[in-house]
Amino acid sequence: MSVDQKMDSSRRTLLLATSAAGGVAAVATAVPFVASLTPSERAKAAGAPVEVDVSKLAPGEMMTVEWRGKPVWVLRRTPEMLASLDATDARVSDPNSDKPMQPDYAKNKHRSIKPEYLVAVGICTHLGCSPSEKFKMGAESGMGADWQGGFLCPCHGSLFDLAGRVYSSMPAPDNLEVPPHQYLADSTILVGEDGKA
Amino acid sequence: MKMRVINLIKRAAAVLLFAPAVALAAAASVQLDKAPVSTDPAALQHGAKLFVNYCLSCHSASFKRYNMLTNIGLSEQEIRDNLMFTAERVGDLMTVAMRPADAKVWFGTAVPDLTLVARQRNSGDGSGADWLYTYLRQFYRDTERPSGWNNVVFENVGMPHVFWELQGEQVANITENADGTKNVQLSLAKPGKLSVEEYDKAVADLVSFMVWMSEPIAEKRKAIGTVVLIFLAGMFVLSYALKKNYWKDIH
Amino acid sequence: MTTKSQALLNWIDERFPLTSSIKGHLTEYYAPKNFNFWYFFGSLALLVLVIQILTGIFLVMHYKPDASLNASGVPVAFASVEYIMREVPGGWLIRYLHSTGASAFFVVVYLHMFRGLLYGSYRKPRELIWIFGTLIFLVLMAEAFMGYLLPWGQMSFWGAQVIVNLFSAIPLIGPDLALVIRGDFVVSDATLNRFFSFHVIAVPLVLIGLVVAHIIALHEVGSNNPDGVEIKKKKDANGIPLDGIPFHPYYTVKDIVGVVAFLFFFSAVVFFAPEGGGYFLEYNNFIPADPLKTPPHIAPVWYFTPFYSILRAVTFPLFGLDAKFWGVVAMGASVVIIAFLPWLDRSPVKSMRYKGPIFKAAVAIFVVCFIILGYLGVLPPTPGRTLVSQICSVLYFAFFLLMPWYSKLDKCKPEPERVTFK
Repeated sequence: MSVDQKMDSSRRTLLLATSAAGGVAAVATAVPFVASLTPSERAKAAGAPVEVDVSKLAPGEMMTVEWRGKPVWVLRRTPEMLASLDATDARVSDPNSDKPMQPDYAKNKHRSIKPEYLVAVGICTHLGCSPSEKFKMGAESGMGADWQGGFLCPCHGSLFDLAGRVYSSMPAPDNLEVPPHQYLADSTILVGEDGKA
Repeated sequence: MKMRVINLIKRAAAVLLFAPAVALAAAASVQLDKAPVSTDPAALQHGAKLFVNYCLSCHSASFKRYNMLTNIGLSEQEIRDNLMFTAERVGDLMTVAMRPADAKVWFGTAVPDLTLVARQRNSGDGSGADWLYTYLRQFYRDTERPSGWNNVVFENVGMPHVFWELQGEQVANITENADGTKNVQLSLAKPGKLSVEEYDKAVADLVSFMVWMSEPIAEKRKAIGTVVLIFLAGMFVLSYALKKNYWKDIH
Repeated sequence: MTTKSQALLNWIDERFPLTSSIKGHLTEYYAPKNFNFWYFFGSLALLVLVIQILTGIFLVMHYKPDASLNASGVPVAFASVEYIMREVPGGWLIRYLHSTGASAFFVVVYLHMFRGLLYGSYRKPRELIWIFGTLIFLVLMAEAFMGYLLPWGQMSFWGAQVIVNLFSAIPLIGPDLALVIRGDFVVSDATLNRFFSFHVIAVPLVLIGLVVAHIIALHEVGSNNPDGVEIKKKKDANGIPLDGIPFHPYYTVKDIVGVVAFLFFFSAVVFFAPEGGGYFLEYNNFIPADPLKTPPHIAPVWYFTPFYSILRAVTFPLFGLDAKFWGVVAMGASVVIIAFLPWLDRSPVKSMRYKGPIFKAAVAIFVVCFIILGYLGVLPPTPGRTLVSQICSVLYFAFFLLMPWYSKLDKCKPEPERVTFK
């Protein structure tokens, strides 16, 4: 306390100025250290867009590619599969894809650019497991007679339809994420970049 | 092949006898020419092109990614179109297909990675850039070497003269001094596609690129450093005034 | 202070000596008021230690101690350093801070030790401070040596090769000892991994412990000063030394000036000459380690060169043991002998200000010899240079070993009663 009483105004000013400068120095010093915690050039290069050739994909088949270390599904849907989306409309929690889990160009019933091809990140929106495919319909699937085909997350049982829409009353809150993507050619998809950014 | 070499020697001898030696002299102790290193993007881009076309087929630059060439003003599309021959993605490292073990068999020595060469070659004789600039301009014909080439600053080098089409062929006139040291006089026996000045400029651009590649952050580092030093100078004045203020209690 | 925070402080103080520690080490630690320029280097050494630990923590996040070759034929450890330099955001700065910090540490510590020599800070009752300090210096050399292996460049590799082979000079156990240190018949992946472990965990722990002991011992007996007189001999009615001032705020604000000035020069190197002209980062260390090819000239980093010169100066066998062994003994002795200074100096006064011409001349010769030895250690040996380094080595040891006699013979000036202060 005695120091405070003795403290003249110029000392107070200098103390404040030096502390402020020291604070600026400390923050500036922290910049490279915090920056070093962010993804490196190597990580960014590994996370670069991936080209996918879908010409060999038969109707009803799905392929998985790696993008940023995550599984990205490309599902070529048959007309029956697409028709099943009408049947699940009433049973999914976000039928019109109102939540921003997809780019604008995939905000439609089939959640894709071309109805035939679904491109989605195969990571459950609950806690990050990768759901398994249950494409067969009806009792044959082991999922009950009214199963329309879709995905089942093995961790907590969340169900998704063939557009990656989550069923109502499931642990998972959102539809599967549709990553940014674009068609470079008729059967070549670039995952990770949509040419708009 | 043999005939060609003999012809070459004859011609070289003729040039040596009758043409005045081009002034590219170098003493036996390594005498380095000062490299005109540039940070101009056009020079660096030209250097990058030369590097990718002439060096990268054997030498890797394995700490460097193609997309980092955007820092010298190239777009990713330009890199893809003009500079990438072997790599698939623009984020790939600038490696070579040749395996290190194969290189040892083919060239008798491992082919060094060139990312850091400009920093490695610093010495008391001059900077790494000076060394590279001199080295790349002082190849001469030597039939006793397996590659057919020798070099003034890097005696019995394993690397052939990759730029011979550009520079032409130099021959050496080696004389021995009284103290046993050698004098090497180079002269241009057969002109290449480029004039001497043009070739020097091309090598300077290449060396500039290699200097940039050895520490891409160098320019930014100095820029940040200037700000830091100015800030610290200001802070010194402040803290000194503060100290004076407190210490008037003591005096 | 509000009553609530006072209550919190009381709560803590009943369980932990917070207020009393702050008083004992800062606000009521009375330091002599006549500290000069030389007294900055203690706090600066602490600052550099903090810089090294902080940057080291972040470097370890990206560095890989692995001597195997990657797909491009480059050792993984070497490549990971270049990865830090190029691909990790801000990594280049953190690495340059650490590499420059290593050299700065020795600059600061050498000046700090010289201060002790100048003002007799090793004399009674500060012998233990001095011994702790010598141990810190020794541990610091080990820390720097092992850290230098980690970039796995040519100098890293061959430097480690030479230094580890020093141990093989010890009779009987030497060769086995060197083998145990390396964990292999050559410096290899095993060596790299254990040096990494020592460099980032074991040695820093010891270093921090010794630094704490150094400071506790200092605060127990109190600081010496440029006049070498004990301020505790003259106290006022409250028991406060008449020539003492509270460390905080007076020396904190003063040390801040020193810190800022130091950071100015430190940053100048980090941002404008991180290679330090080839002395802080040696050029050959930009070449990955190659166990089959020694660089044409290898020299240790500058801070080891005085002792390295002493090692090389011993070129003759003695008592049936070869020169290599005696070289190692001389080098080890040249460091250890520093610890004995408190008992070698028999001068009636502490500070150089009052010491006589003989002692002053001895210190001057010692400093010159030390610098010449350091300079010669960088250069390749020639017969002439070896002779000079032999003369300097003899003078180096003579400074210590003859001190009991010449310090007693010397004509000293009388010490003042109180500190002098301009």
